[in-house]
Amino acid sequence: MNEREKILGRIREALKVKASRPGDHGDGQGTARFTGRPVEGARDWLPPGGDTFEEQAARFQTASTELKTDFRLLNSIEEVRSNLAALSTECGWKTVATHVGELTDQVVPSLGLPVLKTDGGYDVRALEKCDVGITGCDLLVAQTGSVLVTNRSAGGRALSVLPPHHLVLARRTQMVPDLATALQTVQKRYGSDYPSMISFITGPSRTGDIERILVLGAHGPKKLTVLVF
Amino acid sequence: MTITLFIPCFVDTLFPEVGICMVEILERLGHKVICSEEIACCGQPAFNSGYWDEARQVARPVLKTLQTSEAVVVASGSCGAMLKVFYPQLFAKTPEAGESHKLSSKVWEFSDFLVRKLEITDLGARFPARVTFHDGCHGLRELGIKKSPRLLLEKVRDLQLVEMADVETCCGFGGTFAAKFPMISTAMGEVKCANATETGAEYLVSNDSSCLMHIQGLLSRKSNPLKSIHLAEILNQK
Amino acid sequence: MSSSFQQFLTDATRVAGDIRHRGLMQTALRKYEVARDRKKAAFSDWESARDAAAETKWEAINHLDEHLENLAQKLESRGTKVHWASTAAQAREIILGIIKSKGACSIIKSKAMTAEEIHLNEAMEKAGYEVVESDLGEYIVQLRHEPPYHIVFPAMHLTRDQISELFEKELGSAPTREPEELTMIARRALRSKYITADIGITGANFAIAETGMISITENEGNARLTAALPKTMITLVGLEKILPKMEDLALFLPMLATAGAGQALTCYNTMYGGPRQPGEVDGPEEYHVVLLDNRRTELLADPEQRDALHCIRCGACLNVCPIFRNVGGHTYGTTYSGPIGSVITPHLRGLQEWKHLSASSSLCGACTETCPVKIDLHHHLLHNRRNASASRPSFFERKAYQVFAWVVNRPAIYRIAKQCGRILDPIRRAVQGTVLDPVKPWTKTRDLPPMPEQSFKEWHRNRK
Repeated sequence: MNEREKILGRIREALKVKASRPGDHGDGQGTARFTGRPVEGARDWLPPGGDTFEEQAARFQTASTELKTDFRLLNSIEEVRSNLAALSTECGWKTVATHVGELTDQVVPSLGLPVLKTDGGYDVRALEKCDVGITGCDLLVAQTGSVLVTNRSAGGRALSVLPPHHLVLARRTQMVPDLATALQTVQKRYGSDYPSMISFITGPSRTGDIERILVLGAHGPKKLTVLVF
Repeated sequence: MTITLFIPCFVDTLFPEVGICMVEILERLGHKVICSEEIACCGQPAFNSGYWDEARQVARPVLKTLQTSEAVVVASGSCGAMLKVFYPQLFAKTPEAGESHKLSSKVWEFSDFLVRKLEITDLGARFPARVTFHDGCHGLRELGIKKSPRLLLEKVRDLQLVEMADVETCCGFGGTFAAKFPMISTAMGEVKCANATETGAEYLVSNDSSCLMHIQGLLSRKSNPLKSIHLAEILNQK
Repeated sequence: MSSSFQQFLTDATRVAGDIRHRGLMQTALRKYEVARDRKKAAFSDWESARDAAAETKWEAINHLDEHLENLAQKLESRGTKVHWASTAAQAREIILGIIKSKGACSIIKSKAMTAEEIHLNEAMEKAGYEVVESDLGEYIVQLRHEPPYHIVFPAMHLTRDQISELFEKELGSAPTREPEELTMIARRALRSKYITADIGITGANFAIAETGMISITENEGNARLTAALPKTMITLVGLEKILPKMEDLALFLPMLATAGAGQALTCYNTMYGGPRQPGEVDGPEEYHVVLLDNRRTELLADPEQRDALHCIRCGACLNVCPIFRNVGGHTYGTTYSGPIGSVITPHLRGLQEWKHLSASSSLCGACTETCPVKIDLHHHLLHNRRNASASRPSFFERKAYQVFAWVVNRPAIYRIAKQCGRILDPIRRAVQGTVLDPVKPWTKTRDLPPMPEQSFKEWHRNRK
């Protein structure tokens, strides 16, 4: 018998005796106090993400302010390009890393900077030297100010986390109200053929490990910019 | 109403005035108060240390004696928790299981009894002083007592109540814990004393004499002028 | 008295008396409480959320075999190699075997309490591999050659000056009092380690049975990098980390962040479903998931305390525990500290050797009150005490309780005992503090009230 069978055997043996339900404390209440699914509860109890795009964008902005995410609601692809150009000057970008994608293809070339594309493989040391990683995303989550990326929508696993600045391009239609919707959407979208990495990014990288004082840019990007149009 | 007042062992031997005040208050309210001669301890020390057989030896007479009571009022949150919450656990799967549940439904801590059962908050008391209230953990978390003592203190004339920081943090008594882990117990108590002193109160008041014994012990050792007093003693002042 | 107990008493005495430590913990934890309460208030019904979370974990743990089989099958269907380790030794062997088979030299690790539990770093270092902790707090304590102080905040016991001195000594950096600069020093030092590491080892916060995913929650991004760059990735996960469905994360991720750190959501919440898939541009070529038992199935077999396996390792119980606050994380002398550690360590490492962790509590209940999944923590401490006394009672303590019961059940004898106490009281006062003092543990730091002339029962009898 291998370890798997031994472990499963021990579990089955242990579970032959029932444990009382949570909150029972020996008072014999066998009934569950909550019978729905947690995802429904999450919808009920967490702050709403908003019903309209305007509400959702406002919620995303509020969250972004607290998280120190640079969130910009723009009106056209031209505005995206001009914001990008302004950032490039402001931050002094020399090399840009990105991936092939519907949005990235439309705006990154306009920067006129050397570009590293992660598609088809890349040199990690070269990626490490890039000033910014520009990616698409799957979804934006209004409730929490999160960006949902997968290694398919954001050029792999490292592009959105190795360069010191992560810039996300998104369309308005990619905004969903809350975490519950985001998770359910992702499941429906990919079925059983998941990307091997699905990540909720909520603000720039941070740590509180030194005297519980907040510092940004621990290992991941110090700056997170989200351009939505 | 005929009220059976359960006076725990340390109130009996070290803080009798607390019990006396409770009797006087309840009688003044027009109730008959019975204090049983036979029972003296709820059995918590043995129970907390894991000696449940020995705890049952002490608890069983308590259980039997109180079966016929109309209402049992306990002079401490921790003993109240023992009777109300832990007796059903202690007597689970024994012949006394049913009785322990029956007793549990009749048990009240003193301040909670006044406010939630008798629905009285004004006892006509007067105590001109600045006081801060310490929530004993068993009363707070096992019996859900938070508002009752404060509603009672609110009605005491000329009394000023100030809340201390971290008021719900344990004082460090914990029964046998205080003797078995004195260094931790003392550290926790010192934090409590510091928080209480910081309020500028003259009195530290609680509904649990065991907490007060521990806190006062530390206050006296450090010659801290802050005085400890039980809630019942304040409520009995005119 | 076990040797662990003796060490515990020594360390507890030292740390509990350390006023500087007391102040540090108070500052840090008050900050946490403010943040936590603000984020809790964002939930319209935190208590119902706890009920839901508790029920979900109940479902997960009480159907653990089904969920683990599902998890393994789903992971394997996408190319992950799943290993089952009954013991710590087996887990170490499996992981060292993988490392060896890859001809690896250097290993980067993100936070994994299970790795602490099985002493993985020591084993890897002994075998000659370079191991670097990537989480800032873990990196700091690794440089200090000490275990983490807190399961979520490994370096909470250190000041910025101590960290600066440490970096000066170990990394040759310039001294600084700025947490930002200190963080950048660590970031720079670790950058190349990510890129050159052959193996990335992670822990896991949740294992999603429905979809075969490992969910990792972090703020720094170090786990994201550990899972992105090295060619081989290994996740070590306790088998109790099961969550039935992916959508359950909609509740658990915010609760974990709120209770654990007073955040609405942690910075990176990532689900890993396998190694690099065809068409993906990067990621590990091989992904191994090691499922760890290490006596969790024994805890599972105790229906009274089975809910201790519901733990999501948020650390909230540590944050509210006055014992933890006063003795600090290292005093526990074991991987899992605070209330959860005090409950499970006797099960995972031996009841008689570790029962003192369950004994050293005032049973205030703050832990149970705060636990997001409603584990009956402080009552389990009582259960452990009962089990320990039942299997190995202390002769003297038991006798003492038996004598007490005998006296207290006989009103006449009890009366005489009180009288004796009254007579002896002045003598006790006279010897207070000396070797003859019978209540020395108390009187060392506290006064005792004098025994009043008349007990309550006597007053009551005289009334009649």
